[in-house]
Amino acid sequence: MQAILDFIKSSRIKSPWLMHFDCGSCNGCDIETLACLTPVYDVERFGIVNVGNPKHADILIVSGTVNHRNKKVLANLYEQMPHPKVVVAIGACGLSGGVFREAPNVVGGIDKVIPVDAYVPGCPPKPEAIIDGVVLGLQKFAEKSLA
Amino acid sequence: MPIPTKQVTKETLVAEVLQLKNAGWRIVTATCVDLNENEFDLIYHFDKDLQMEHLRLTVPKGAPVPSISGVYLAAFLVENEIQDQFGLCFDGLALNFANHLYLDDEVATTPFCKFGVVRKTAAAE
Amino acid sequence: MAQTILPFGPQHPVLPEPIHLKLTVEDEIVVDALPALGYVHRGLEKLCDIRDYNQMVQIVERVCGICSKIHAMCYCQGIEEMMGVEVPDRAKFLRVIWSELHRVHSHLLWLGLFADAFGFEALFYQFWKIREKVMDINEATTGNRVIVSVNQVGGVRRDLSAEQLRWIDAELKVVEAQVRALRATTLDDYTVKKRTKGIGVLSSAQAMELGAAGPTLRGSGVAQDMRQLKYAAFDRLDFQPISYPDGDSWSRCAVRYDETLQSIDLVRQAMARLPEGELSVKVKGKPEGEVVTRVEQPRGELLYYLKGNGTNNLDRCRIRTPTFANIPPLVVMLPGLELADVPVVVLSIDPCISCTER
Repeated sequence: MQAILDFIKSSRIKSPWLMHFDCGSCNGCDIETLACLTPVYDVERFGIVNVGNPKHADILIVSGTVNHRNKKVLANLYEQMPHPKVVVAIGACGLSGGVFREAPNVVGGIDKVIPVDAYVPGCPPKPEAIIDGVVLGLQKFAEKSLA
Repeated sequence: MPIPTKQVTKETLVAEVLQLKNAGWRIVTATCVDLNENEFDLIYHFDKDLQMEHLRLTVPKGAPVPSISGVYLAAFLVENEIQDQFGLCFDGLALNFANHLYLDDEVATTPFCKFGVVRKTAAAE
Repeated sequence: MAQTILPFGPQHPVLPEPIHLKLTVEDEIVVDALPALGYVHRGLEKLCDIRDYNQMVQIVERVCGICSKIHAMCYCQGIEEMMGVEVPDRAKFLRVIWSELHRVHSHLLWLGLFADAFGFEALFYQFWKIREKVMDINEATTGNRVIVSVNQVGGVRRDLSAEQLRWIDAELKVVEAQVRALRATTLDDYTVKKRTKGIGVLSSAQAMELGAAGPTLRGSGVAQDMRQLKYAAFDRLDFQPISYPDGDSWSRCAVRYDETLQSIDLVRQAMARLPEGELSVKVKGKPEGEVVTRVEQPRGELLYYLKGNGTNNLDRCRIRTPTFANIPPLVVMLPGLELADVPVVVLSIDPCISCTER
């Protein structure tokens, strides 16, 4: 039994499933995240699969500022993900609120609502930077799952 | 320079809009501008063959305005937006989100007003 | 038959952005649809109170990442009109080049997402592969792939050298050939037609009454395009709006497919006729007065209402984006459809939620 559990643990690190949530971004970060999945960058070659169901996901990629309505959705999605889980915040808005930090309906960065493991700066970050951030997130993921 | 507009009143607004609709104008949008402590400007924009026509309605704050969503259904979205952001209430909205189109209860204020307003519906008057 | 209310979104696999639709269904047939927005609302129009009119260029670029260049162009045109600034000719042509490149990348992105909505993943990947060439042009000429900050009040910030123009021309030849090669698969394929022909029909009368904009309007047979207003350098380019009469999802797809090729042609025309000269003029004074300007975004007509009060900050900056206008038509198109066709029809208006809610 223990052998099977160990096998699952190491397999999850080798093939993490990823969910993307747009949390009030301007689309710039979203299309760059989506571009990572398409032929030129193709993160699927690393065993990464984009899923739409939070219960299937290991990594949550979030872009954009948090506002008062979507913070509930974001917290809900995070709660639904199984342990261990890793959150990667994408773009200046996801980090701090970016140029929108003073707008009336903006709460701030992603870390105001859920804990963030890796931050990817840029407006928007290039796909290479996003892949880099996900790889960094994966290292944290490995630490968490083997702990 | 202000844009050329046709001044209307609360009473004539719906009739004027109906006239434009019958003449084949397409509604583009409406704009709300906070003028001073007491008044809003509502500007309705229409388009026909790339020409524009604007109607301007100056209304006191706190008083409800007749909705034009009965004439142009498409206006419901912009009127809800103005309700959210400026606290201006529309009478007879086809689809009323009651100040919750964009905003949740945490933001109960009217964020786009430079000068505060109290929300008032027709029923409260 | 009892009615069921199904939530569609905000987190939904077919949508890159959160929009929520409350669908009332009877068995598999949608009888009513109610949009619920607000998941991307930031309230950025209000930022004109604390940012001056030059800084607002960077704010409006971030209304929407896919058409940022065109937002900035519309805003700058408005301020220039208000302040009586005449933009140099070269800047006008450069604005057209970058805005049409934006349209090409936006339409290719949409064609891919649309293919994904009806389950044609190979086509999705093909379009996104082609699109990367346009992104490379953006990056090489402006320094950023998505938010190309080239506009400023009074002109543009960057220039294109003769060498760059030749390179863009060569790259666009490849893009054009690859897009043309996908025509039969996108528009004539049996399965694709089954999923899109006659689905989500909007008659031209309905489109006019509901205030539809852009390809949604032109897909319903109304040939209206804001580029006919001859803003920027469009008065010196050959341009005819593209329209298809049927008003279904297929027509809207065909309009965007043809516009992709048309925009490549417009970039070529603008590059061939690019005059020499200054890139920008110095802007003096403060904006005062009211102005309404319109340009054509990839998704349709974009309107800016700007009001200045003689200070550095604008009194009001109102942005009416095309998707905002296309939500009422969508609500009318959905009833009567089968549930499985809802993603196709939602995508067929090219919803850009960050534009809609700002």
